[in-house]
Amino acid sequence: MTAIADPKAPRTRQTGPGRRVTRTNAEAVGWVFMRVSGVVLVALVLGHLVANLVVPADGVRSIDFAFVAGKWSSLGWQLWDLLLLWLAMIHGANGVRTFINDYATKSTTRLWLKVLVGIAFAAVVVLGTLVIFTFDPCPMVDGALLDGAPGFCTP
Amino acid sequence: MTATTETKAQAAGAVPSFDVTVKILRSIPSDAPSGGYGEPAPAPTSRWDSFTISVHGTDRVLDALHKVKWEHDGSLTFRRSCAHGVCGSDAMRINGRNRLACKTLLKDLDPRKPIKIEPLKGLPVIKDLVVNMEPFFDSYREIQPFLITTGVEPTKERLQSVTERARFDDTTKCILCACCTTSCPVFWTDGQYFGPQAIVAAHRWIFDSRDEGAAQRLEILNDREGVWRCRTTFNCTDACPRGIEVTKAISEVKRALLTRTH
Repeated sequence: MTAIADPKAPRTRQTGPGRRVTRTNAEAVGWVFMRVSGVVLVALVLGHLVANLVVPADGVRSIDFAFVAGKWSSLGWQLWDLLLLWLAMIHGANGVRTFINDYATKSTTRLWLKVLVGIAFAAVVVLGTLVIFTFDPCPMVDGALLDGAPGFCTP
Repeated sequence: MTATTETKAQAAGAVPSFDVTVKILRSIPSDAPSGGYGEPAPAPTSRWDSFTISVHGTDRVLDALHKVKWEHDGSLTFRRSCAHGVCGSDAMRINGRNRLACKTLLKDLDPRKPIKIEPLKGLPVIKDLVVNMEPFFDSYREIQPFLITTGVEPTKERLQSVTERARFDDTTKCILCACCTTSCPVFWTDGQYFGPQAIVAAHRWIFDSRDEGAAQRLEILNDREGVWRCRTTFNCTDACPRGIEVTKAISEVKRALLTRTH
């Protein structure tokens, strides 16, 4: 008796030798990473929000170029934001990867969606890391200090 | 005295009867020849059939299906064996939830509305409410559901304390009805995930003090399609007709994987 191809069962289970190709700990490591990074991200994000919205007198209105430049002139905030960027991006990209595995049924669709996630991940992480480390708090334009530069900059 | 007993007996015997409409998703296998190797199987012919039948307050969904098959349409196809919630043959989707037809009373399902009965989701349909259970059993076989030991076989029985037995008692209740696995959204996507049932079956042996195959079972479930695909949506726990805490068992296997020492 042949089984009817049920639209709700898009693929029959691949059986036989070779079906199981993963004998690594990758998924276990990923699972633990999601939990640990989630907890760390809560602390990092709350610290970020407090530093940007609660500590400055005017709250969100005080955030401008000078404010960000002032923060990034200290190594502590550079490392804080770097950790926030990397953890959030790995956590988020891995989460989207699991969504793709859960909802995309064709292997080619999966592959392309994961490639897109990978490109987006690499672009944001590379650009963000570059900005954090090469950021110049006192940018000079034609020998003069740029308008809106923080107060500690001297021309 | 006798009169009172008789009155009570009559009152107790007078089971209320009512009309109920059952709406069954019928799938008829196609007679068309398959397109050949690699081609998709011929499309099934599916339709909803409604039957209005008179039932009693003590009747279960299985009784309604019997009534339809025996009195209305003999071509209705479904599996059932013991009809008492032990064999796990008559798992189906009733009003959108996976249940055993023999353990579900019609009066508990709001009989004022039609009762929708569909085959289990995520497994290929063979006919009407009968699905191909092989992909489900493949996962079960893969976790090696039998006692694995090393060394010389003892001349006496293998003893176990009450506490050691209680450790895995919950997962011994599984009847392999597939209610849990076919309620899992991760299983629905592509059917490659081991599914809750295989993990429950593995749990039953991993935490058995007499068994020595825990390491290899854990290794099998550490797979890409193993326990880590579980999203803890609790669909399986809600679906289990035996009341097994499936999601808890899965998380215990996850914990065993993370704390294993080899």
